[in-house]
Amino acid sequence: MNRNFLKSICFAAALALPLAPLSVQAAEKTDFKVCWSIYVGWMPWGYLQDSGIMKKWADKYGISVDIVQINDYVESINQYTAGEYDGCSMTNMDALSIPAGGGVDTTALIVGDYSNGNDGIILKDKKTLADIKGQKVNLVELSVSHYLLARALETVSMSEKDITVVNTSDADMIAAYATPDVTAVVTWNPLLSEIVAQDNATEVFNSSGIPGEIIDIMMVNTETLKDNPNFGKALVGAWYELMGIMSSDSEEGKKARTAMAEASGTDLAGYDAQLSTTKMFFTPADAVTFTAAAELPKTMKFVAEFLFDKGILGEGAPSPEFVGVSFPDGSIYGDKNNVKLRFDTTYMKMAADGGL
Amino acid sequence: MRIINRTPSRRTAVLLGLLPFAALIVSYAIASHYRRLDNPADKLLPSLGDMASTFWSMAFVADKRSGDYLLLGDTLDSLWRLGAGVGTATLIALVLGIAIGFIPHIRSSLAPFIASFSLIPPITILPILFIIFGLGEVSKVVLIVVGTAPVMVRSVAQAVMNIPRELIIKAETLGASVWQMTTRLVLPQILPHLITAIRLGLVPAWIFLISAEAIASTSGLGYRIFLVRRYLAMDVILPYVIWITLLAYLIDRLLLIVSRRAFPWHHAGGNSL
Repeated sequence: MNRNFLKSICFAAALALPLAPLSVQAAEKTDFKVCWSIYVGWMPWGYLQDSGIMKKWADKYGISVDIVQINDYVESINQYTAGEYDGCSMTNMDALSIPAGGGVDTTALIVGDYSNGNDGIILKDKKTLADIKGQKVNLVELSVSHYLLARALETVSMSEKDITVVNTSDADMIAAYATPDVTAVVTWNPLLSEIVAQDNATEVFNSSGIPGEIIDIMMVNTETLKDNPNFGKALVGAWYELMGIMSSDSEEGKKARTAMAEASGTDLAGYDAQLSTTKMFFTPADAVTFTAAAELPKTMKFVAEFLFDKGILGEGAPSPEFVGVSFPDGSIYGDKNNVKLRFDTTYMKMAADGGL
Repeated sequence: MRIINRTPSRRTAVLLGLLPFAALIVSYAIASHYRRLDNPADKLLPSLGDMASTFWSMAFVADKRSGDYLLLGDTLDSLWRLGAGVGTATLIALVLGIAIGFIPHIRSSLAPFIASFSLIPPITILPILFIIFGLGEVSKVVLIVVGTAPVMVRSVAQAVMNIPRELIIKAETLGASVWQMTTRLVLPQILPHLITAIRLGLVPAWIFLISAEAIASTSGLGYRIFLVRRYLAMDVILPYVIWITLLAYLIDRLLLIVSRRAFPWHHAGGNSL
């Protein structure tokens, strides 16, 4: 028996070893991987890889950067948090709850856009937000939809107690809306426009009512970035070269947008429509201004309080200030000794000053 | 002595049975330890202590928002759905199974259909179930029924057909009507097989329960797991998985004990898993 036991311990250790060193600490390296998922503001990442712009910039700094598309948004963040990727596209809220809340020190490298109507609340056969009282509301719980709903309810002096939230998978949202007992949904584009197009649907609130609060960002591992500034420079350089092309009315810009439209399953007109409800920061200067503005700390405070209220900051979190967030001016929201999310304009500024 | 003839003593058998579990726990603890050396707040493989304390607070501390005991509420809701689904499937299996197994005309008309129907992956027709049954409790129960009933029907029908022909001829010779044969001969003969069918049906039933709760729900074990999956809270998910496994195991054992107590003649043949 004893011998068997010893054997099994050795076996267990052998089994466990490959699991362990997943997040070996970075130091200097030359090969990087970042991931992204389908969303109007992140389609450029796919195009950067396909068009070779990323390779051009990576070569310039003597490194290689692989941009990988992942089909499931939450899964992409989880992979990043587990240490499989050096960077990942996500919203400010999910960055605070998943990697930062999970102890992975994360830096906002490229603040790409904010949702300016891409997320919305739809009521069936009702016309105003106040009518939502007492209804069941179908949404992806704990997502930005949930946050949007909480903020919207505040504007009409209601709280989540006045409604019932039903967690519904985004994949089934359109089918759910077609059933008679679903009367209110909160979702994002392209699902949002699909549902709004139906006769009995009214969009009673959308993210343009809380501008600048749902922010889409390329987040990277702080330690990796610190050890490898070239990684940050290459990503930022490539991104803003494409932003310049994409926002122009030139043939090249149209070609880029058409390719992104096809990759997201729509056509140029459909993609441009989605862009119109997305406030893209096409120039690094705009992104720097937005990130350094005084509104951002207020937004992050809202977000942290929402997450804490929902118990997402972890069972051990004693207050919304449990995870610290630092801002470009050096100010910090929350615990100074546990800063895990950093808004940093250093690299975007380099792009704005033409220093890349 | 050859290895096939050596049986372990009772004590050794228990220890041998525990060995794979111990190996799993030890390998997990080692992997978790190494990951947490890098990042003490690692969410992927939380320490055993973290999981225990999270599980404790889910089970015995009232939720600060709603004042409910989350684990209790989730478990009761899920068990209710599972019970309703498997109960309905059992009833269908009993009625259709006997009819198909006992009456050749019904067999000819229904058996091919049920055989084909049982091959449809129920998840793929979920949007249709939503439209017909809504997004509430009914569609979740129906998903479990659709997923388990066809297989259970087939296994009950097979059990009916396996009843020794001599018994039926004897009953007919004694002048029994079809109804009398059904209630006095077929039913007692297949009840232990029905319990086996339930035990086998419970495996897909749990899968469909969790899937249904993941898609649209406000409570339940599957709901909780898919909710916290959004922020990688493995300290909640792993204990929930163990809890589900334990519940499933207990239900299975309970059914086996019921079967042994109620139908000792059926288990007279010897070992069974």
